[in-house]
Amino acid sequence: MSTEANNEAARQANAADTPEVSIVNIFVMGKRYQVPAGLTIMAAIEYAGYQLIRACGCRAGFCGACSTVYRKDDEQKLHFALACQTTVEDGMYLVQIPFVPASKAKYMIEDLKAEENTILSMYPEIARCVSCNTCTKSCPQDIKVMMYIQNALRGDIAKAAELSFDCIQCGMCAMRCPADIKHYHVGQLARRLRGKYIDTQSQDLKKRVAEVEGGQYDKEIEELVGMSEEQLRGLYNKREIEAKKKKKEGE
Amino acid sequence: MKLIDGYPQYMLDSIKKVEDKRMENIGKSIEPLTMEERQAVLSQFHPDFMDSSKRAVKVGVDKGNESYNGIVDLLESPSILDTSEVDLTKIDFDVDMLIIGGGGAGTVAALFALENGVPLDKILITTKLRHGDANSMMAQGGIQAADRPEDSPPIHYLDIYGGGHFTNKPELAKAMAMDAPGIIKWHEELGVMYDRHDNGEFQELSGGGTSRNRMHSAKDYTGMELMRNIRDRSRNLDIPVLEFCPIVELLLDDQGIVSGGVAFNIETHEYYVIRAKATIMATGGSGRLHLAGYPTTNHYGATGDGLVMAYHVGANLRDLDTIQIHPTGDIYPDPVIGILSTEKIRGLGAKPINVNGDPFVFPLEPRDVESAAFLKECDKGNGITTPTGMPGIWLDSPMIDIIHGEGTVYEKLAGEVRKFRRFGIDMAKHPILVYPTYHYQNGGVEINEKCETAVPGLYAAGEVTGGVHGKNRLMGNSLLDYNVFGRRAGIYAAEYVKTRTVGKLSLAHIDEYNKAVEEAGLKSGVKAPILLPEYRGKEALARALDIL
Ligand SMILES: Cc1cc2nc3c(=O)[nH]c(=O)nc-3n(C[C@H](O)[C@H](O)[C@H](O)COP(=O)(O)OP(=O)(O)OC[C@H]3O[C@@H](n4cnc5c(N)ncnc54)[C@H](O)[C@@H]3O)c2cc1C
Ligand code: SF4
Ligand code: SF4
Ligand code: FES
Repeated sequence: MSTEANNEAARQANAADTPEVSIVNIFVMGKRYQVPAGLTIMAAIEYAGYQLIRACGCRAGFCGACSTVYRKDDEQKLHFALACQTTVEDGMYLVQIPFVPASKAKYMIEDLKAEENTILSMYPEIARCVSCNTCTKSCPQDIKVMMYIQNALRGDIAKAAELSFDCIQCGMCAMRCPADIKHYHVGQLARRLRGKYIDTQSQDLKKRVAEVEGGQYDKEIEELVGMSEEQLRGLYNKREIEAKKKKKEGE
Repeated sequence: MKLIDGYPQYMLDSIKKVEDKRMENIGKSIEPLTMEERQAVLSQFHPDFMDSSKRAVKVGVDKGNESYNGIVDLLESPSILDTSEVDLTKIDFDVDMLIIGGGGAGTVAALFALENGVPLDKILITTKLRHGDANSMMAQGGIQAADRPEDSPPIHYLDIYGGGHFTNKPELAKAMAMDAPGIIKWHEELGVMYDRHDNGEFQELSGGGTSRNRMHSAKDYTGMELMRNIRDRSRNLDIPVLEFCPIVELLLDDQGIVSGGVAFNIETHEYYVIRAKATIMATGGSGRLHLAGYPTTNHYGATGDGLVMAYHVGANLRDLDTIQIHPTGDIYPDPVIGILSTEKIRGLGAKPINVNGDPFVFPLEPRDVESAAFLKECDKGNGITTPTGMPGIWLDSPMIDIIHGEGTVYEKLAGEVRKFRRFGIDMAKHPILVYPTYHYQNGGVEINEKCETAVPGLYAAGEVTGGVHGKNRLMGNSLLDYNVFGRRAGIYAAEYVKTRTVGKLSLAHIDEYNKAVEEAGLKSGVKAPILLPEYRGKEALARALDIL
């Protein structure tokens, strides 16, 4: 498709289906505001006139600052969402949860061992899980939260670490858990234990650190630091590019 | 507008062409550009090369030096702090080390300051939002370190230096390359879950502009995995953190040495005077200034405050006449505009494709070159126009599963997959649409290899600094940067603290700066630093009463 045809198609798609920007009603802590459709919940709240201080961090789904609970006009269900990653819908009653109180165990990772009961001993309340699955249903990252808690309880640290990996620590699971479990702290501990004690460590890295510390590269790097731009350009342009080489070898 | 799999019909028509040529395109290799070709595309299409993007600053130590307009606007503004309201005789916090910014660099600095003898209760991190609300949390792709047998720190050095167009400070590039393996080792000890092969060796990918595969990653949440680990360490040690309290200006003593700062509680609107023997600036980047009008990948608090505050005490800045636009910002659908789609997508083999289904550029050029090539392709009319009229380039993500086996996209790019799934798009099945976005502040406060700035008492580390990457940064080198220089700042500032005595505190430099701005006849209409970007609705703002 040529640009003009493409542009024209874009215009038509737009014109035919969205005659003008439609407006939706949202309720920010019960107060009604009219905002354009298509905005994220976060942008809609700002459009309404709020300057966010709490409940806004990365604006991209990475930090868990913008936990939002909402219910729609005509629905029973309580929804959980990230305000920066969810588009507004008509009739949303919104409330931001800017902070979740959840006490964290204190530890020095080097003093722990990755044993079956390590997590349980630091977070004994995981034994009280009643398998209601509310945590999983509340998670905006679609993490199998209950599963990672169950794995932590069973002492399968590696699995708990893996299942909890995408946790952005928003706290919505912990807000709703009838057993007062602080899931995201449990996941954090599991991941650190796995990273430090369970995953095999790199031998290449160990060797390289020793080489650097032993001064093996000192001379070479000093030579580079001392080179003129012209010399460096020469070397730079002659670099062998691994990614390209592999491709040529048909990898 | 009717959407099928998240796309309107006319976009699917273009996707059809991408699909038809996919197998052929996977086999087709486009050569990297020569240095001359790179230069040609950059000078025509990159905002760094446009006169309209920048100007010379008229006030302060860098008078006459060019920076991006949005930064010069702030430098040519009076201070946000009304010095007459601050009582410097009442010290709220008296510490050895003030660390400004609770992101990666700041937290790493605190950990190493503690390890190097600064007492726990004499360290204070102040931060604008929550501890960890930072660009560091958002990095996806990975971190570089030359640890494979076929790689070495000198090769890494050459990549850093050439990637920066030979404008980096050599001693800083050297520190990066040489410290890198030790940093990864430290992460291993903390318990970072890097992606590994079964034998424990790291899975290392290539990145734009690097000659060896040395990108260590933790799925596509590398930054988050690092930041939450480092923060967990800091929390376990009880390192004091003051949240929602950005620093608004630095304090000097009667010797002209930086001696702490004034914090502003953005919730209660009171200020705190913090006296410190050493101060580390670790405020990160400036994406939220939307330089040259680009959308941004950065977090909400990335407003360049550190540049302004350091400049007010006389620290020089450098390389702020360049910014890094990232080629693969999202451009469709509207709610994700500006958000990053990680470079790892290209690292895994996805190629940029134009409206006709054809590849047009080597996928892993340095970012500035890759971005310029995208802008050029769109300028030629080979972009895809979104329903709201923005141009974009296809990034053919389904190639990844064909190359590496089914399920790779879901496994290696879980965060990306989730982001698009929220809007009905399955990136393992369909390509995604991208366009350059403002990603990284290449330059900043000039430092040396001990993280010292031009002003005694003031250290700096991380994205706020200048010199490490010269005029362009390579992927994976800024996570490394905040670790290498966060660590060094903590160590060297801890050393400095031992000999320092603080004299009488003063804010006279702010009054002088304001006067200089006024005398130069500069009227930017804002006060700096700005602390937060302004996103409130225009109408709401027009009717607001300024009572706070
Ligand atoms: C989406 C995204 C993806 C990225 N991907 C990669 C990648 O794959 N690899 C890579 O190497 N790099 C990547 N980067 C870049 C990298 O993440 C950052 O450059 C780096 O983490 C910066 O670390 P920092 O500590 O200097 O700044 P930040 O982590 O941003 O921390 C700065 C902190 O200072 C605070 N602050 C700001 N102003 C003030 C003030 N006035 N007072 C007190 N506190 C203040 C901020 O709120 C923040 O907490 C990415 C960046 C983004 C945005
Ligand atoms: S596991 Fe809990 S804290 Fe983590 S993302 Fe899901 S709901 Fe949020
Ligand atoms: S909400 Fe609590 S009790 Fe229910 S399944 Fe989850 S962890 Fe168990
Ligand atoms: S603001 Fe960070 S997840 Fe929404």
